[in-house]
Amino acid sequence: METLLENTKKRKGPVLFSEYKQGDAIRKVLKNKREFILQELKTSGLKGRGGAGFPTSTKWMLTATANAEKKYVICNADEGEPGTFKDRVLLLEYPELVFDGMVIAGYTIGAKYGIVYLRGEYGYMLKSLEGFLEQMRKDNLIGKNITGKENFDFDISIRLGSGAYVCGEETALIESLEGYRGEPRNRPPYPVNTGYKGCPTIVNNVETLASVPHIIIKGGEWFKKYGTDKSTGSKLFSVSGDCEKPGVYELPWGTTINELLKIVGAENVKAVQIGGASGVCLPKEQFNRQLAYEDAATGGSVMIFNEKRNMLKVLKNFLEFFVEESCGQCTPCRIGNVRLLEGVEKIEKNEITFAYINSLKELGKTMQVACKCGLGQTSPNSFITILENFKKEIFKYERNGR
Amino acid sequence: MLIMEKNSLSEEIQELVNEYGNDRSALLQILQGIQKKHKYISDFAQQEVARLLDIHPVEVYSVITFYSFLKSKQRGRNIARLCKTISCDLQGREDVEEAIKRELGISFGETTKDNRITLEFTNCLGMCDQGPAMIINERVYTKLDPEKAVKILNAIK
Amino acid sequence: MKETGDEMSYKDNPRIPVSQQQFTVEKPSDITTIGGTVTVHINEKKIKVPFGTTILEACRQNQIHIPTLCHHPDLCIAGNCRICVVDVEGMKTLQASCSYPITSPLKIHTTTPMVRKARRHIIDLLLSEHYGECYSCFRNGNCELQALAKEYGVDGYTFGHITEPKYRVDRSSAAVVRDMSKCVLCKRCVRTCIDLQEVGVLEAIDRGYDTHIGTFLDKPLADVICINCGQCINRCPTAALRANDPSDEIWEAIDDPQKHVVIQTAPSPRAAIGEEFGIEPGHSFTGELNTALRRIGFDRVFDTNFTADLTIIEEGTELLNRLKKLLVDKDTSVKLPQFTSCSPGWVKFIEHFYPEYLDYLSTAKSPQQMFGALIKTFYAKEAGIDPANIVTVALMPCSAKKFECNRPEMVNSGFKDVDYGLTTREMAKMIREAGIYLPEIPRSTFDDPFGDASGAGLIFGATGGVMEAALRTVYELVTGRPVPFENLNISPCRGFDGIKQASVKLTDCKKGYDFLNNVELKFVVAHGTANAKKVMEMLNRGELDDVHFVEIMACPGGCLGGGGQPIPTSLEIRKLRAKAIYEEEANLPIRKSHENPHIKYIYENFLTDGPCGKLSHQLLHTHYTKRGKFIA
Repeated sequence: METLLENTKKRKGPVLFSEYKQGDAIRKVLKNKREFILQELKTSGLKGRGGAGFPTSTKWMLTATANAEKKYVICNADEGEPGTFKDRVLLLEYPELVFDGMVIAGYTIGAKYGIVYLRGEYGYMLKSLEGFLEQMRKDNLIGKNITGKENFDFDISIRLGSGAYVCGEETALIESLEGYRGEPRNRPPYPVNTGYKGCPTIVNNVETLASVPHIIIKGGEWFKKYGTDKSTGSKLFSVSGDCEKPGVYELPWGTTINELLKIVGAENVKAVQIGGASGVCLPKEQFNRQLAYEDAATGGSVMIFNEKRNMLKVLKNFLEFFVEESCGQCTPCRIGNVRLLEGVEKIEKNEITFAYINSLKELGKTMQVACKCGLGQTSPNSFITILENFKKEIFKYERNGR
Repeated sequence: MLIMEKNSLSEEIQELVNEYGNDRSALLQILQGIQKKHKYISDFAQQEVARLLDIHPVEVYSVITFYSFLKSKQRGRNIARLCKTISCDLQGREDVEEAIKRELGISFGETTKDNRITLEFTNCLGMCDQGPAMIINERVYTKLDPEKAVKILNAIK
Repeated sequence: MKETGDEMSYKDNPRIPVSQQQFTVEKPSDITTIGGTVTVHINEKKIKVPFGTTILEACRQNQIHIPTLCHHPDLCIAGNCRICVVDVEGMKTLQASCSYPITSPLKIHTTTPMVRKARRHIIDLLLSEHYGECYSCFRNGNCELQALAKEYGVDGYTFGHITEPKYRVDRSSAAVVRDMSKCVLCKRCVRTCIDLQEVGVLEAIDRGYDTHIGTFLDKPLADVICINCGQCINRCPTAALRANDPSDEIWEAIDDPQKHVVIQTAPSPRAAIGEEFGIEPGHSFTGELNTALRRIGFDRVFDTNFTADLTIIEEGTELLNRLKKLLVDKDTSVKLPQFTSCSPGWVKFIEHFYPEYLDYLSTAKSPQQMFGALIKTFYAKEAGIDPANIVTVALMPCSAKKFECNRPEMVNSGFKDVDYGLTTREMAKMIREAGIYLPEIPRSTFDDPFGDASGAGLIFGATGGVMEAALRTVYELVTGRPVPFENLNISPCRGFDGIKQASVKLTDCKKGYDFLNNVELKFVVAHGTANAKKVMEMLNRGELDDVHFVEIMACPGGCLGGGGQPIPTSLEIRKLRAKAIYEEEANLPIRKSHENPHIKYIYENFLTDGPCGKLSHQLLHTHYTKRGKFIA
């Protein structure tokens, strides 16, 4: 396999890339009641690491209290956001964290089945992950009566995706697992009540689940020490683009963009895209902003553009991505993204009026509230922020041309 | 399709159904199994799957056309997908693209005459720190430059 | 067994979105208990609703208007057009009111500036992709997209407008024409075909912007297992789906002095055509229609109920013959129950999905086809006209009849028995073209030699009607007494339950029918092919072993809900049409098929071999084709 991973992990932080022995957290958890886990999670303030930032303890509590025979734990390893590759590192080098996290989740909510939805592009990992699970079964860390605890059965299976970014959305993921087109569902009801096959389900990002064993071992208070008030703990940032040392960095939440740029060795930076294609594009003036849920939120993707890059081309690339990856179910996303892309093409050819650009911006604002799922709701973000923050560069020939 | 081919295909599909189950949630796994072996899911295969899972053939076709990696039409023996998302784009994807097109004599979306390679674009493969990246039949190649990419493609059988 | 056919049966159909399943199941049966109702504020108005009601339902119950597009009362919730979005206080994004269940006290606003802008944008986006040919479109004036654009004051194409059609029109099918350039991807047709009718011909193909509604392998509609029931046409909000309209050719025939153009009209169009002229559903315009047809230029106007009566005699006799074979000859190979065969959608359904059971179908043709055969033989002789110059048109509620009249075996008269099948909507169009306002013209009767038919033929239009008519005749034929139901209204046959089962006991039978003494004549009535499938599965499992007669109509509600009926459709509308049919029938002088004097005339003077005799078999019976499910 040609992927070079030794170079990817650039910075080991205090949480995720710290020492952990497989099985420790499971054993600790099984000695305690479920309420203990929920309490630790609540104290820690862990929020979903996929980008949405929903409090994990709330999600787990809602599912734990739901009354149903079967429940499911789903690990969302459909890492499709452009610029995000942290889950790849976690799954290849720290699978014990992820799977232990799933077992703990299963114990907390009362589930017997765990499913890892691995994106099709990571198919090369399948064999090694399944081998790892097989070893875990032999070590009695998954399967029946885990570590000897009676009546706690939990098994994990891995399902592959087939090349659809929209399946990273939790309800689209569940639809995909059920054998349908990956089209998001109406919510409410949320998967915590009605998820996979109608059963209460939690869908958590790989990194969220990987954080859980550390929190169990070292406690929620310890986790809270890192990061900010509202964004506790540390985060894996996958940095790519125009910088000296692209790779995965574990940094505490609250790090400013300036700090991050210094760490990765980026110079002459014009713009930083925080949050992947569905995130915001920030200009130099805003580099003092913090990376945090309350400020510039991200699922981990940080893309750096230097002075030489053409921001319009970047925007076009993002919109082409969304046009291709939209599931096509709801009107504003399916047609809206195409209209935005056409608008950008018109800007390139200098064939557009400011009035129309404003209509498109209004359309973007509508899409942000009217689309059915996160894809449509966040695809105008890049459009609106790039046109706003890089106005001079994009429209400079319009000013001169007239 | 010959009767013999149809029968062996039916047997294969039956085995997949036995392995993954015969309710709808097994559909994607069964289709992936067929795709892996035959590189595409033929008309006959789609109707067999529909019959064994007790769903309509158009629903199978609908699922296949939704996912980028499932094909309902015959493609080349190997599918090479080049990532076109921004990070790989910034690191020189266009040069690699031109070189590949020149070498194989086809554009992206087409198949070489000897049916050896189909070229496609794909979106972010998760190799953004080591771009440009390409995935050929589940194997990922990173840090490509025009020469390296061409060398890899020529070595594919 | 009470199986509802009028609402989606959630437990049986796993494809109903979970968003609908959960709160529908959890709705408490007694809403007066605590938690049974929730109080919400919609537009500052305080409203109390049962737990789990969607915002849209709550608004509709309280006369608050919310526009919808993908929502349809017959179908499960989709929530994909996003027109019905409303502002729920406390939520960052707008919520689709058609799918958001009320489970807590919410504050909802249905027309904030953000909501209005969102709706306007969505309509603009749809218009930017919709290849509208409004002037020449058959939905001009009755199109939901037009109505939305008007409601939201659209006076320009904010995001442009498509100038070339994106897709080629699929005219392969005799019955349904697909024009995907007009499709707004509401997916109603998909839900109808897969969930409501369980035929499964249409689904969304490809992803994102390339999404389109297509068939298996995007084949032409005629090459897949479409049964032509046209339910998709009735539910499509635009003209993306329409019926194959032959009215131009019919006008040509009418205008041609050489051609003798004859039309037969069915009861369901007569009960519904008023809707095309702005009259609310539930009024029959039989007499007015006859006058209008003559004014348009049809040479003769006949009543399909005549051959409906004929079908009853033929099918009833066939049933008695089968029963005799079983009970007297002890021939256990005889196929019982006998299934009706007058619904061409049902016939194609069984030919595709259950071809091994084709022998259970009655061999009698549908009334339309029987009439075609008789017109070009019996009537041609009586009137002294060369049958080569006769053009038969059938006014039907049905889109599948267009396929049926083109079936290769339907040429028993020596010519194509029925030349054109015309739907109610197309008929209304022709009437309007002739400058006639249907509701206000004088009434007239049907032409001889077929005259006015019995009420038994008329009730064919409603589900259970064929069964009721058959029972009225068979019971009296066998016992010599009228059916033991008040006013001959056999209530177990009536109503909109998906599958109805009942029986009537035959006692004191006449001589020649004593083998039926004390036999409990069991029958089943089903409508909608989803229920037809259930009945066939029952047959598979042997649960219909003691049933004798089954009536199946492919369309929900029976023929009155057919693919050619006025758009829109809903359960209320179908119930009103049924009421109109039963009311019209109750006032008729003759209400049993065998008492129709014209029927007696035809058996004495033309079909002299009697029912199911040689001549009848030649002209009035048919055979079927095993088609199977495999699409080549």
